[in-house]
Amino acid sequence: METVPPFFRHGPGPFARLFVFALLSCILIAEDTRFKYFPHLRQSIGVIIFPLQRIAYFPADIVDSIEKFIASFYLLEENEKLRQLYLESREQLLTLHALGSENNHLRNLLGAVRQIETQTKTKAVLADILYTPRDPFNHKITLNKGSRHHIELGQAVIDDKGIVGQITQLYPWSSEVTLITDKDHLVPVQVLRNGIRSIVTGTGKNNELALRFLSLNTDVQRDDLLVTSGIGGVYPPGIPVAIVQRIEQDSGDDFALIIGTPVAGADRNKQVLVLSLIPTEPTDSSETPVIESGKN
Amino acid sequence: MNPERTNQSNSTKKENYLGQDVYVPANNWLIAGSLVAALILNFIPLQDDFLMLRPDFIALAIAYWSVNHPQKMGMGIAFGLGLMMDVGNAGILGQYALAYCVVVYLTLVFGRRLRLFNALQQAPQIGFTFFIMQSIIVLIALSNGASPPDWSYFLASATGALLWAPASFVLMRLQKQKPDPDAL
Repeated sequence: METVPPFFRHGPGPFARLFVFALLSCILIAEDTRFKYFPHLRQSIGVIIFPLQRIAYFPADIVDSIEKFIASFYLLEENEKLRQLYLESREQLLTLHALGSENNHLRNLLGAVRQIETQTKTKAVLADILYTPRDPFNHKITLNKGSRHHIELGQAVIDDKGIVGQITQLYPWSSEVTLITDKDHLVPVQVLRNGIRSIVTGTGKNNELALRFLSLNTDVQRDDLLVTSGIGGVYPPGIPVAIVQRIEQDSGDDFALIIGTPVAGADRNKQVLVLSLIPTEPTDSSETPVIESGKN
Repeated sequence: MNPERTNQSNSTKKENYLGQDVYVPANNWLIAGSLVAALILNFIPLQDDFLMLRPDFIALAIAYWSVNHPQKMGMGIAFGLGLMMDVGNAGILGQYALAYCVVVYLTLVFGRRLRLFNALQQAPQIGFTFFIMQSIIVLIALSNGASPPDWSYFLASATGALLWAPASFVLMRLQKQKPDPDAL
């Protein structure tokens, strides 16, 4: 190979080559964003790079084990604290059960049908965040659990505070989560205070969610907590999504723009919980509309 | 090891009648190794500030090989690495692929001029190349409806430029490791 002076082995010029590859890239970009003809292309590349990602995660593993070692000195204290926390939340859970049965009882008295039983947590899988992308416009994270760990597309991902996002891409050993701050991501929510239902969309900015198309006189205030409404069957109901931060009421516009900050944050913690949600079919479909109106 | 031996014979042959500062073909394994290492470095999970400051190691490696060994670094390799980066980064497929191809193109076109300078003088020019690369990535994201990132996004170009001299020093040393014991 080196016997021929490299001077004479040219091939197509740099610009021609760039043109070919740029064309190829443009086709790929269009394919990926619009048509999605080859869903397996991404997956096969994902399988190739997984070992590298795993190796890259190794330093984080070391840091983790060091942290664990240091934490082991405070194990007794932590245990005590957690036990207390458990008792407190246990008490809340018992109250919740009591409230639930009371609610059912009252509903029965009113003659309303019971609320649709959306089974929320059949199984919750703990997953580590494998990678957060560098680019601020990629509102996605990669988890270290994939289809081999029975993760499925569309599962909700939460952390200890609220909704993080939804699984949108599966690889055998890892998966991609689209965060709720993504521009194309919608979460059906309701205002906890008064039960107004709406849909929260990401704005594409890192710490912002927007409630669009609510009329100017809608009763939404600052610091209102938005929780998932459970409509749509992706997210289990009642999980915090965002806190309303400011309300822009432009009188020239028909709708108020309501901006909130997400409660959960993928940048704050290393572990998230993947929820498998199996919505049970309502027993009598003819009664479903009554439930909607009978609520509240 | 076969590749090492070829490298050794190559270098000894060169050193018999040529000086030190001659074009020594780089070991293919070294190139592959450095690219894989760059991929791994790019995939290290980082948070906030560190994430913002992390240079694109793949771009750095591609630029280095393309400037110093243009025959070894093709656009096809850059394209493939870009695809891997796209999937790992959970971005649009083809985004980084195009950006890395542009890096190869720029370094191919300006490579002969760049080689006249030493590594420290090359650094700002490489930084500018990285800036163009990041602009392309941002443009593709914008065309797909993302909101523009703030200026700190482009800090990675600066850190990449800062890392250029040390990186090229290290890679140069790695290439010259074999001839040294022979010379003695």
